[in-house]
Amino acid sequence: MAQSLLKVSGLKKAYGAIQAVGGVSFEVMPGEIFGVIGPNGSGKTTLFNSMLGQITPDEGKIELNGEDVTQLGPLELNRRGVGRTFQTLQVFGKMSVRDNLIVAAQEHSGTMLSRIFAPGDSNLGAKADALIDRFRIRHVAHKKAGELSYGQQKLVDIAMAFMSEPDLVLLDEPCAGVNPSLVGGISTLLKDLNHNPQFEKRSSFVVIEHNMDFVMDLCHRIMVMVEGQVMAIGTPAEIRANKQVLDAYLGN
Amino acid sequence: MKKTTLISIAISALVLLTLPQFLRNYGIYLLTYWLVFVLATMGLNLTVGYAGQKSLGHAAFFGIGAYTVAILLKAGISWWIGLPAAAVLCFVVGLILGFPALRVQTIYLAFATLGFNTAVWLLMRNEEWLTGGTFGINNIARPGLPGISLDGNLAYYYFVLGVTVLLSLLLWGLLRSPWGKAFTALRDNPIRAESLGVDIRNYTLLSFAIGAVYAGIAGALFASLVQFIEPAPFAVAASIMMYLMVVVGGPGYFLGPVLGAAVGVVLPEWMRDAPGVADWYLPLFGAAVVVLMVGLPDGLLSLPDRIRDRKAARAASAARAQAAADAAGAAQGAAKTGAM
Repeated sequence: MAQSLLKVSGLKKAYGAIQAVGGVSFEVMPGEIFGVIGPNGSGKTTLFNSMLGQITPDEGKIELNGEDVTQLGPLELNRRGVGRTFQTLQVFGKMSVRDNLIVAAQEHSGTMLSRIFAPGDSNLGAKADALIDRFRIRHVAHKKAGELSYGQQKLVDIAMAFMSEPDLVLLDEPCAGVNPSLVGGISTLLKDLNHNPQFEKRSSFVVIEHNMDFVMDLCHRIMVMVEGQVMAIGTPAEIRANKQVLDAYLGN
Repeated sequence: MKKTTLISIAISALVLLTLPQFLRNYGIYLLTYWLVFVLATMGLNLTVGYAGQKSLGHAAFFGIGAYTVAILLKAGISWWIGLPAAAVLCFVVGLILGFPALRVQTIYLAFATLGFNTAVWLLMRNEEWLTGGTFGINNIARPGLPGISLDGNLAYYYFVLGVTVLLSLLLWGLLRSPWGKAFTALRDNPIRAESLGVDIRNYTLLSFAIGAVYAGIAGALFASLVQFIEPAPFAVAASIMMYLMVVVGGPGYFLGPVLGAAVGVVLPEWMRDAPGVADWYLPLFGAAVVVLMVGLPDGLLSLPDRIRDRKAARAASAARAQAAADAAGAAQGAAKTGAM
């Protein structure tokens, strides 16, 4: 069996008396799109924050390509190939769209000293332009990111996570607040980026999302969390057929 | 480079080079004073305007630079050694002051840096053996260049102008490099920046340290300009004034400090001398700043951007109105055709 890209084992995190995550284990394989669903308060965000180094788990282990990264912070994780998007928009509002993309990858090459003498676009202009075309935001590429519409900013936000060609991208509710017509567009883009023919690299995703149609369509496998525990892991078809999941979460 | 940019650079150079020839001694002195503050607030603009670190301790570095040169001169050490010493000392102290910024931000950081400024000021006032206390240090010499004396106000003006232009170009280069984007990313959204591999710790510390170096060099130039220093110009009030200059000029605009320092240094001096205004200059100055902040919260240099945005908005709404009119016309046309 191939080595997993991400391996989470026995992860636990409590806030006071509340056990937000109570022993979660799963693996994400290279090239896989892995969905995480569950009702509010089921521990998805705590799990995500642990995987991203925002919080340190009480117990358990997180491995990336076989390396123990449990104690690492967001910066080190990103340098090791973990990208992310946030639940809310997080673009650099006063920079142009193109500069947003460039700054998203410029720290991945050279040293701080060498970057003083590097060209302003860190030789990332062509790569930024490729993503701009792919995300169809060419017409706003030179506008300040903060002046764009919500949907456009969302696209910039997602594009930024892919600039440094990460192995793994964690997407926190990529469809939150996005109008239905764009949801389909984002889904297509993500599938496309999963294959990533331009970057000669397949990015894997972990996606938290409430939009069931989106998740079922996009993900290869899905994990259902309820009250900090894993209720089920399986393909979308398996999850849809799982009686326990239907009762607890999917309902109708 | 655009033609207009080149022309404005040429005009500015011409004005800066020839203007002092038409001024009396005090005018030249005031112009030099302005340049010193341009340099100091350029550093603060990096820390506050570009990197977003709310520092109210900038005058402390200004003072450290001034006192370093003055004390070393008294000890018989050359100004040309004192200047790099001031820069290095400010860099190190600036790095150290950056550490609180890794833990606290916004108003809390402002208070931490304000405390630092007060501590440095107390040191200047109380450690008489070193700083001369409230009596200060007088007879501070001006530096000399081989074969050229800078003792005259005009010669010293050109020297300060040269240093200011040189350091502006260095800062311009730094901000055009990837560092400029990293600083802006740090200001706009540190959490996102970190998730994209931007080492926000290093950039935060360096934004303080580099800003401090500019203040330190400005302080050294200041000491030799006024030739007498005491603790007062380096107190918290001066830090607040420098912050004001950055805000008035336009934080994050490269030339913001040029205008800001003009408003903060030249305008009050001019108002003080203007007949009829003299008695009112402080309240008038305060009122002018309030009006400016209400009307142009992003500073004087945001005015061109504002005008451009407004034009763009007007053009867009005109286009929308036109499109709506066309659509209505087409619908009417269609209805007529339908009726027939």
